[in-house]
Amino acid sequence: MTLPSQLTLEVVTPDRSLVSQLVDEVQIPGAEGYFGVLPGHTPLLVTMNVGELWYRNGQQRSFLSIALGFAEVLPDRVTILAKVAECAEDIDVERAQLARQRAEERLTQRAVDSDGERARLSLLRSRTRLQVASQSLR
Amino acid sequence: MPSLLDIRRRVLAVKSTQQITRAMKMVAASKLRRAQERVLGARPFAQHMLRVLNGLAWRADPSAHSLLTEHGIRTGRTLLFVITADKGLCGSFNTNIIKTAGNFAVEDPGREVALGLVGRKGRDFFRRRGFDVRYENVNLFAKLSFNDAQAIAEVAINEYTSERVDAGYLVYNEFKSVLQQRVVVERLLPIGRLAIDDPAEWDKLGEPVAAAAESPVDYLYEPAPQQIFDELLPHHVEIQVYRALVESAAAEHAARMTAMEAATKNSGELIEQLTIYMNKVRQAAITREIIEVVSGAEAQ
Repeated sequence: MTLPSQLTLEVVTPDRSLVSQLVDEVQIPGAEGYFGVLPGHTPLLVTMNVGELWYRNGQQRSFLSIALGFAEVLPDRVTILAKVAECAEDIDVERAQLARQRAEERLTQRAVDSDGERARLSLLRSRTRLQVASQSLR
Repeated sequence: MPSLLDIRRRVLAVKSTQQITRAMKMVAASKLRRAQERVLGARPFAQHMLRVLNGLAWRADPSAHSLLTEHGIRTGRTLLFVITADKGLCGSFNTNIIKTAGNFAVEDPGREVALGLVGRKGRDFFRRRGFDVRYENVNLFAKLSFNDAQAIAEVAINEYTSERVDAGYLVYNEFKSVLQQRVVVERLLPIGRLAIDDPAEWDKLGEPVAAAAESPVDYLYEPAPQQIFDELLPHHVEIQVYRALVESAAAEHAARMTAMEAATKNSGELIEQLTIYMNKVRQAAITREIIEVVSGAEAQ
């Protein structure tokens, strides 16, 4: 079997389809760590963490922020079923910064009624968003 | 014979009604456009989800997860989610759903039906009739979000895994086109054979049936398959509920648009008829006055 030369990448969220194109390489934030996918990868099904996903087409790299979901990898196709996903250009930096501040405050104050796990996840999400947004500006 | 003034008043009344129906039509049309985009946006996810689940289903044993297995022999107790609109004035949209749900509840005497009511119209109808209601949610269509679907899915999953019901169904209006809505009854739980029966569906996904059947790819799992199931299957239920809600919202606006267009047209016809009648009455009055003047002149 000849190896496919490119991957069809599909990124979909419950609201819409974000990416649907041919790419050379993808990096996915798996639940047990980041991993890269090149064409001809062995079939794989993983859950995803909060993190940054990028794909490369030639020299051009594009970034997305992903929060939870699933990824299905086939030799010639990668399907990302994300609960939340945003392209780097669409990220509202101000909102993410505010969210990060709020989450950090909540974590440092350790108020009795506040939900530590939720704050931690929210911090993680906002950090990822900011990081992804800054990547696209480079 | 009604006086000229009476008829003129009626024409005015019909005109203001027409203004309302026309405005409602416009509003529904613009809302429909947004709702339609949402339906189209939600479809790819649901389809990819189905494809992934389908891939899993080859290897999965139905006993692998509680949401896949049917409960023993008793399969009578059913939880039916009835998705109606919050508002009326949309033709037979709500009536159709309520009728279908009612039939569903009585058609099989061995079935005990409990209801989950989404949308004010359905809630008002069924609450008054003493059904076993396990869940209700109104006023969610104005600002529909994925969280609403999650809440509904959670209820369904809880009721099912705690074995209070043996099956979960959805009844909702599917958005076929602007002029057409179709009432569908769909099984939510247990998650059935996940195969996509219709080969046309496969074509849409760009994956020929034959190729898929020939080479059952063996996945590597990360983390373990059991953990993936635990996340994937509830998520699948959520997605199905979400899709039903979005479809219903779009169908509601489409139904309202059509109904209001018909109403606008009818009031236009009514105005025309009344105007003709009014002119006849006016003519008659003028003729009468002339006769009076002429006969008065002759008498002198």
